[in-house]
Amino acid sequence: MTTGLGADAEDFFESAPCGYLVAIPDRRIIKVNAALEELLGYQRKELIGKPFTDLFTVGGRIHYETHFDPLLRMHGQLAGITVDLVTAAGQRLPVFLAANAKFDGAGGQALLRITVLDARGRRSYERELLEERQRAEQERARAQTLASTLQRSLLPPSLYPPEGLEAAAHYHAASTDDVSGDFYDLFPLTHDRWGFFLGDVCGKGATAATVTSLTRYALRSAAVFDEDPIAVLHNVDHVLKQSAADDSPQFCTVIFGVITPHDCGFNLHLASGGHPPPLVLSAGGEAHYADSVGGQPLGIVPNATFVATRIRLGEGDTLMLYSDDLTEARTGTGTERFDDDGALLRFAADHCPTAASTIIDEIRALLDDLGGGVEDDVAVLALGAPYTPDP
Amino acid sequence: MAVVDVRTRNNVHIAGSDTGPTIVLAHGFGCDQNLWHRVTAQLTPNFNVVLFDHVGSGESDPSAWDDQRYSTLDGYAQDIMELLQDLDLHEVTFVGHSVAAMMGVLAVTTDASRFAKLVLLAPSPRYVGDEGYRGGFSRADIDELLDSLESNYLGWSRAMAPVIAGVFDRPELTEELAETFCRADPACARVFARATFLADNRADLANVSIPTLVIDCAQDAIAPREVGAYVQQHIPRSELVTLETIGHCPQLSAPDATAQAIAAFVLGR
Repeated sequence: MTTGLGADAEDFFESAPCGYLVAIPDRRIIKVNAALEELLGYQRKELIGKPFTDLFTVGGRIHYETHFDPLLRMHGQLAGITVDLVTAAGQRLPVFLAANAKFDGAGGQALLRITVLDARGRRSYERELLEERQRAEQERARAQTLASTLQRSLLPPSLYPPEGLEAAAHYHAASTDDVSGDFYDLFPLTHDRWGFFLGDVCGKGATAATVTSLTRYALRSAAVFDEDPIAVLHNVDHVLKQSAADDSPQFCTVIFGVITPHDCGFNLHLASGGHPPPLVLSAGGEAHYADSVGGQPLGIVPNATFVATRIRLGEGDTLMLYSDDLTEARTGTGTERFDDDGALLRFAADHCPTAASTIIDEIRALLDDLGGGVEDDVAVLALGAPYTPDP
Repeated sequence: MAVVDVRTRNNVHIAGSDTGPTIVLAHGFGCDQNLWHRVTAQLTPNFNVVLFDHVGSGESDPSAWDDQRYSTLDGYAQDIMELLQDLDLHEVTFVGHSVAAMMGVLAVTTDASRFAKLVLLAPSPRYVGDEGYRGGFSRADIDELLDSLESNYLGWSRAMAPVIAGVFDRPELTEELAETFCRADPACARVFARATFLADNRADLANVSIPTLVIDCAQDAIAPREVGAYVQQHIPRSELVTLETIGHCPQLSAPDATAQAIAAFVLGR
């Protein structure tokens, strides 16, 4: 078909809306259009015979040789490549390159056709994007530092057990990005009474952190005020409800207990507010759950009730408190959870008798085994009455 | 501690003759093992050919990446030694392209027991010029490269890196490979670029104790002939072959000549 435009082919090439060059396989330029002359500020005769790679900055040339040349040879074409060219005046000109190759019969390159598009505007926009991305990465690092600092501040720097009681704890952080609401502590109340707790605030992030902080301090002061663990939980329950009055409900589950040393052992009086029951790992090699099932979470239920129980830790006995993110760790691809069939009790039975620090090490290893299945932070606190050597 | 599965970590592929001499082909900075596909096709009838991707490149295991380990060539050289050990390879001819040539030098000078011969394809012991040494580049040029890498990775996306297996069973490359070849995680590429272009392995050359073939290209902007000659002069038992080709990747621009030079050297002519 004749269009009558054949005579304009040269004009189509010369006045194309992009720079255009043709090179032979040794990269020497054999043809350029007027748009390219204008873009680069070179005369046509200066460009003919020059390897087109000489137009790149040196860094761009390395990039071309190590990435783009292999791509072009492999696929016969390239598109959307960003490079800087150097103009006749020595200025850098950001461009987009596209190229394709004409092949000879043997599969080798016969000609290279390359188009060059001025990318100054786009490049400055991309630089802004790049800077934004770098800023976002820095912000994320900062947020992680903040989260881990805040998390650390919610955990006691050390535990202060009564003489003769061994205490150990482990905190497993599931994520570096967020703060979770698991907490524990062990501290003296009077010269012969000690308080301890382990709990789990619903939710994550800044709100959970403030509730955790509030709960911790409320528990510590209420413990000083009242001898009865149930009364302590009621006190904290009121505080949480008061602070949540304007906001969405803030609640937590917690076990609070009082330790009194007695006859080569320890009497524990503890109360639970909806928290999973602690495990008793006895000196005799048996494990069982403490009788503290029930009670309601703090901060959410009107007229909440809590349950109390008494435990005696004799020589060789260990008590372990934990948050439910341990029992609820995923163990398969489906909905299976670690403790679906009583695995935690079996785990405890397999490891007793034990000592506080030993069982914490075992739990740490268990958490490693569960790996990514542990979806949330886990807190574990163990209290043990070691054997005292015969006098 | 988890046992490292080197085959997965380095996306190892083995092809060719079980009974032939073993040739390990190592890619350089920029692409991945697919760069070798034309050379591999020629070597497989007579050799046991082992291909792999460096961690951070190609289809290597992303979880194996370690900023610290891979910030110097020693980390990559360590991987190569682990690879030979894990696959229990002996009498290996190690062919390292570009920066992988110096990884080979480092591995051989650390423990040559599993190596028979070394082939350095378009090698450079130092890219940045120094007193009395012309590497071809200045520190500013390398910064410019890092900048160029950064600009081009705006188009990079994790979603564009599907798993490709068994590519070199096929003579020609597939469409999906076209999408992934030469694409790498920008964060890894940045570290690899620094490890490559800021390395100085000139002093290691003299300690290469095994027969070595240096192959350079007639016109190579990355590893000029002067540098190829330097490498040959500083390795005691070495010879030099110059391929009449342009560019830095003779595996693609002159696959036949490259494969022939490697084969002839392995077989001792």
